[in-house]
Amino acid sequence: MSEKVPVLELQRVDKSFGPIDVLHEVSLKVNAGEVLCLLGDNGAGKSTLIKTLAGVHKPTRGKILMDGQEVTFDGPRDAAGRGIATVHQFGGTFPLMSIGRSFFVGVEPSKGWGPFKVFDRKTANDTAVKAVQDFGITRIEDGERLVGSLSGGERQSLAIARAVHFGARVLILDEPTAALGVKQASHVLRIVNETKRRGLAVIFITHQVMHAMAVGDHFAVLIRGAIAADFRKGEKTREEITDLMAGGETMKDLEANIEGYMETHEGHPPPAKA
Amino acid sequence: MDLIGTFLRRPAAASILSLIGVLAFYAIFGGVDLGRFAAAASWVNLAANLGIVALPVGLLMIAGEIDISIGAMIPAGSMTTAILSGYFGLPILVGMLGALAVGVLVGLVNGLLTVRTTVPSLIVTLGTLVAMQGIVLSSSVLLTGGVSVSLAAPDWAKFAFGHLIAGSHQVIIVWWVLLTMIFAFVVHKTRYGNWIFAMGGDKDSARNAGIPTKRLTIGLFILSAVCASFVGMCQAILFNSAQVSGGMGFIFNAIVSIVVGGVLLTGGFGSILGIFFGTVTFAVVSQGIYFTNIDRNWSNLIIGAVLLLAVLMNNTFRKLAVNYTGAKNRN
Repeated sequence: MSEKVPVLELQRVDKSFGPIDVLHEVSLKVNAGEVLCLLGDNGAGKSTLIKTLAGVHKPTRGKILMDGQEVTFDGPRDAAGRGIATVHQFGGTFPLMSIGRSFFVGVEPSKGWGPFKVFDRKTANDTAVKAVQDFGITRIEDGERLVGSLSGGERQSLAIARAVHFGARVLILDEPTAALGVKQASHVLRIVNETKRRGLAVIFITHQVMHAMAVGDHFAVLIRGAIAADFRKGEKTREEITDLMAGGETMKDLEANIEGYMETHEGHPPPAKA
Repeated sequence: MDLIGTFLRRPAAASILSLIGVLAFYAIFGGVDLGRFAAAASWVNLAANLGIVALPVGLLMIAGEIDISIGAMIPAGSMTTAILSGYFGLPILVGMLGALAVGVLVGLVNGLLTVRTTVPSLIVTLGTLVAMQGIVLSSSVLLTGGVSVSLAAPDWAKFAFGHLIAGSHQVIIVWWVLLTMIFAFVVHKTRYGNWIFAMGGDKDSARNAGIPTKRLTIGLFILSAVCASFVGMCQAILFNSAQVSGGMGFIFNAIVSIVVGGVLLTGGFGSILGIFFGTVTFAVVSQGIYFTNIDRNWSNLIIGAVLLLAVLMNNTFRKLAVNYTGAKNRN
């Protein structure tokens, strides 16, 4: 495995905003056809890391490498041009636009010439519908439908299909299953696996360990801006991962604490902290 | 059935239904002769002046912003034209370009302040609205010693911007129709329209998709300020004079027209056709009352009722559009 050149690699990346250090010596690698799960609690620096990967922020120190070559992103468009696509929690799509139009935002197909270049609606609709259907979402048949009429899982799928269609090599999924029900989430996970099968490198950000374990090949846990653990599939159990995410305080200790409290408080659990 | 559904899911549906409703109301309860009304100039003149401002402001609203400084830009445009070409006697072209340049400048200020700060554009343009009123008033007094300036435009300028077709219809109507067609083409047929809708739907995603949101926002603010000063310029040429006051009515009238026309206040949804019919509806309500035997003091009540009804219809139709799951089994 080690001889494979990772598609995207971070080497000791720091990011600070003024005096506040948000990321500290983060090193990551993701290979083609692999899913890297980035786990972390709220406030661990996940979104800063995503934004750094997507070219929104420039690292304060450290290197970003693509295919072994050092790169600097001059903004999100540059990163996207190099094949890094980010899909956000709600699909990053536009609820009141048609599927065809939202699929091609920023890269509209056109026909005609000169000042009369017009948006090619039919091509846009047909391409968009075909792209999502290729991912197994066959319920979408009409590109004129508004994105708002899709379910949460379908929206995620549309966004992923869009990224793949436009030649993404690295797909960053920001909490794609967080707002979804069980069934919808499994749809999305299936699409993540399909994306991996097509040879993309996927960075899957989540705090749901179960979802991560369902698709991940490689895991990294982020705590207070630093990588606290880095391991491959099968090396750690679900409990161990959850404990790591909780910041070292193991779930067992926590349970023991709660039990101890309940014994001395007539079986009541401790009051929830705000 | 499918045809009706397709019609109702369009953003312009409610404005067209409102227009039909208002016309029917005036014809039945006000005794209006619709043929005579259609030939009348008053409502078309109002619609044209208002429409040229409503189009770009509507685009800004689709993009998730708003510009109320247009209220000051109309007198600013007419005063700039009149002061440069009337008071100082410079060629009319200088006055006209000066008016449009003032529009570019104020639009640029609005746009830059909106994209560089986190202040909502309503507040930014409220600031420039009041500031421009002050600038127009004090520079008029300073330069000309008065608040009203006369202007004698040459024939060609009168013909192009300020004469009455058949003695009643302002030539600005032609500009309005022309601009509506250009706007409709750009917004619904080119990629730039798609960018505006995307920006109003979700600004961050639009930026991440590579749309130059800042430049587009600034451009739209410039467009609305220039359109407003264009209307002011045409009025100065038509009436042979300009006053520092006036124009404030345009702010609310334009917003009413746009909202009746199906533009979502929070952005992301709307159409040029809708804004066009919203403007016509507004003009028909406010001018049509003079053709009825209804006391004209009621016209604002009717406008308010039409506004509320149209917004309710818009919400219903938009829901219809969002819930529409597509033509089944087309192949």
